[in-house]
Amino acid sequence: MPEDGCVQTARGPVSQGDGADVRESHEEVSRVSARVGGKAPDFEASAFFAGGFQNVRLSDYLGRWVVLCFYPGDFTFV
Amino acid sequence: MLSVSTDSRFVHKIWQAEELERMIPGGVPFPMLSDQSGAIGQIYGVYDPAAGVDLRGRFLIDPDGVIQAMEVLTPPVGRNVEELIRQLQAFQHVRATGDVTPSGWRPGETALHPSPGLAGQVWQVWKPKQGKA
Repeated sequence: MPEDGCVQTARGPVSQGDGADVRESHEEVSRVSARVGGKAPDFEASAFFAGGFQNVRLSDYLGRWVVLCFYPGDFTFV
Repeated sequence: MLSVSTDSRFVHKIWQAEELERMIPGGVPFPMLSDQSGAIGQIYGVYDPAAGVDLRGRFLIDPDGVIQAMEVLTPPVGRNVEELIRQLQAFQHVRATGDVTPSGWRPGETALHPSPGLAGQVWQVWKPKQGKA
């Protein structure tokens, strides 16, 4: 897992075949591209896990089933 | 299991310490991801720019990275974890066997082998569950 020095956030959406500069192509990958039967759009996100911080990239989970759950906010009610 | 919200990873840390560990021994055992710009929620179609939050979207992704199921709820209603697990078991059965699973299927129940001969004959091998709509 990439190190997280607590300063720089992760890259966010990552386009297919992308290697380096994601931020430049941000506009291109900001369109909705998730649909059932299609590839899950890849991304890298900052994360809290097992007591520490790390970056998580969705494509690191290829070969396993993944449940990806979005929710409106920490400390809310439901 | 990966959870995502627009909170920072620092807020996730404090939420785990202050509240989640009081609900679940040891806290939640999966990575809590941060989507502060909403850019990830945006490409998954769950970001609400007016509220600045990700809606309650759930995506079931198979080992090939293909989305097999999705569900999106507005914030006030929580999810049903039992239905998520049922869907996961059904998709895993389909992937392993090539069968298809009828409505409400659970492991151990009859799944169907699609064939030309079965068309129009499903009623002979599968019936809706009694007492359920």
